[in-house]
Amino acid sequence: MVKDLSVTLSGVKLDNPIIPASGTFGFGYEFADFYDINCLGSISLKGTTKDERYGNKLPRIAECERGLINSIGLQNPGIDKVISEELPKIRKVFKKPLIANISGFSIEEYVHNCEKIDKEEQIEIIELNISCPNVNHGGMAFGTSPEAAKEVTEAVKKVTTKPLYVKLTPNVTNIAEIAKACEQGGADGIVLINTLLGMRINLKTRKPVIANKMGGFSGPAIFPVALRMVYQVYEAVNIPIIGVGGIEKAEDVIEMMLAGATAVEIGAANLVNPYACKEIIEELPKVMEKYKIEKLTDIIGKAH
Amino acid sequence: MYKNDIYEILENRILAKDVYKMILKGETKYIKAPGQFINLKINGCYLRRPISISDYDENTITIIYKIFGKGTEIMSKMNIGEKIDILTGLGNGFDTSLSGQTPLLIAGGVGVPPMYRLCKELLKDGKKPIVVLGFNSKEDAFYEDEFKNLGAEVYVSTADGSYGTKGFVTDVIRNLKDYTYYYACGPMPMLKAVYDIVQTDGELSFEERMGCGFGACMGCSIQTTEGTKRVCKEGPVFRKEEIIW
Repeated sequence: MVKDLSVTLSGVKLDNPIIPASGTFGFGYEFADFYDINCLGSISLKGTTKDERYGNKLPRIAECERGLINSIGLQNPGIDKVISEELPKIRKVFKKPLIANISGFSIEEYVHNCEKIDKEEQIEIIELNISCPNVNHGGMAFGTSPEAAKEVTEAVKKVTTKPLYVKLTPNVTNIAEIAKACEQGGADGIVLINTLLGMRINLKTRKPVIANKMGGFSGPAIFPVALRMVYQVYEAVNIPIIGVGGIEKAEDVIEMMLAGATAVEIGAANLVNPYACKEIIEELPKVMEKYKIEKLTDIIGKAH
Repeated sequence: MYKNDIYEILENRILAKDVYKMILKGETKYIKAPGQFINLKINGCYLRRPISISDYDENTITIIYKIFGKGTEIMSKMNIGEKIDILTGLGNGFDTSLSGQTPLLIAGGVGVPPMYRLCKELLKDGKKPIVVLGFNSKEDAFYEDEFKNLGAEVYVSTADGSYGTKGFVTDVIRNLKDYTYYYACGPMPMLKAVYDIVQTDGELSFEERMGCGFGACMGCSIQTTEGTKRVCKEGPVFRKEEIIW
């Protein structure tokens, strides 16, 4: 029997729940050199700020056991160029709904960026990134306090017509509390988790590997943490969850959905294996067969 | 267009102190220019290891690598017949059309390997490349004879004076005349010194810590006179006028 992989996020129907995570897939078209990316459910585009940003000093990458630390620092061309140059390029090679990842350093900047991206037809979901660990005064600062998270969500919700998903940082004491605050602020969904703040030290130089000293740790090593947080947030809110963190195979997707995710984002795996998302999508029906799943939506939150 | 494929090790032998030559059997049609690199998935390492292509033909790729850390250490112990998952055809590579008649090929340490294929192609185009190789010491030196066997004019310098000209590649270049262009690959201080003393136009190949190697993560972005560029995608080779030190 043909397996049903489709899922719906706040009215946006995806052919399957597989979404490359922001920051690991550029603006999508890089991967069109490897395969036809229209097999993907959606794509979460590179985090976008108001102005162009070069990002942090090099080195920005440190390898870890079963993962990596990155400290890119939101390198991006700025919202206007994303709309005028990047979106037309991705539109040519990808015909499905896109997710815009909007970053900022103040509520005004988030509002400005969301207002602009809201007018783009192919952007069907806005992902509000209040969780970047690699920039000061912004990003994660909004995602570590329930009050600030609620305030920015409310402000952005007023200027957007698209479903608003808030991407949360795991670097907090009580993730459920933050998720609830976003829901109260009007969020249509929650995306979690962003990277865990981490670091590595070079034994030869006795200095941090990353120029910015610390960065965001991602990869399969963080999967259990991400899964646990999705599980906790599922019990705390009544809006859909996109689960992200260390997923690298179809079994991980099933596990994340059982914990409560409606869809998933794939991050670090894309960097090591550019075909990761495609392979997971191809594997899903076989793994569904093995675990006697006909429709993916049947298993959302079934571990509770 | 890129593709990952599984390659079989045909040869993996030591060339100089900590320096190994590995020949891999597999698809090579995605390689377009000398100076491009491949990205190897090593068992036991999370990230791939980017290594420049030294040479290739219809069904083999030759790389030369130095043991710097865990990944290259594991590579050095791999056996003939073992398989590796590799992404090929990465990066831009050198532009041979700009060389003029007598280009300088300047390389230091593990910056030497990509120059081999470049030298071959320039010779095939009827150019007369002058090759300047720099090493720390005699025990680190490799490939002088291979370049000579291609038919190139070759100079070698060692920092400690144990072989060739004592000093750096720039000490050799000071005495050379009538070259038309340059191609450089090597450690950052060497590239900077070359950039400062060589007056002709040229292009330089950079090395940087990479996340993906194909332009997705922005882990290796540098600032250039033409805006932000990725070492893995718009690079690793940059024209002299693009570089901001």
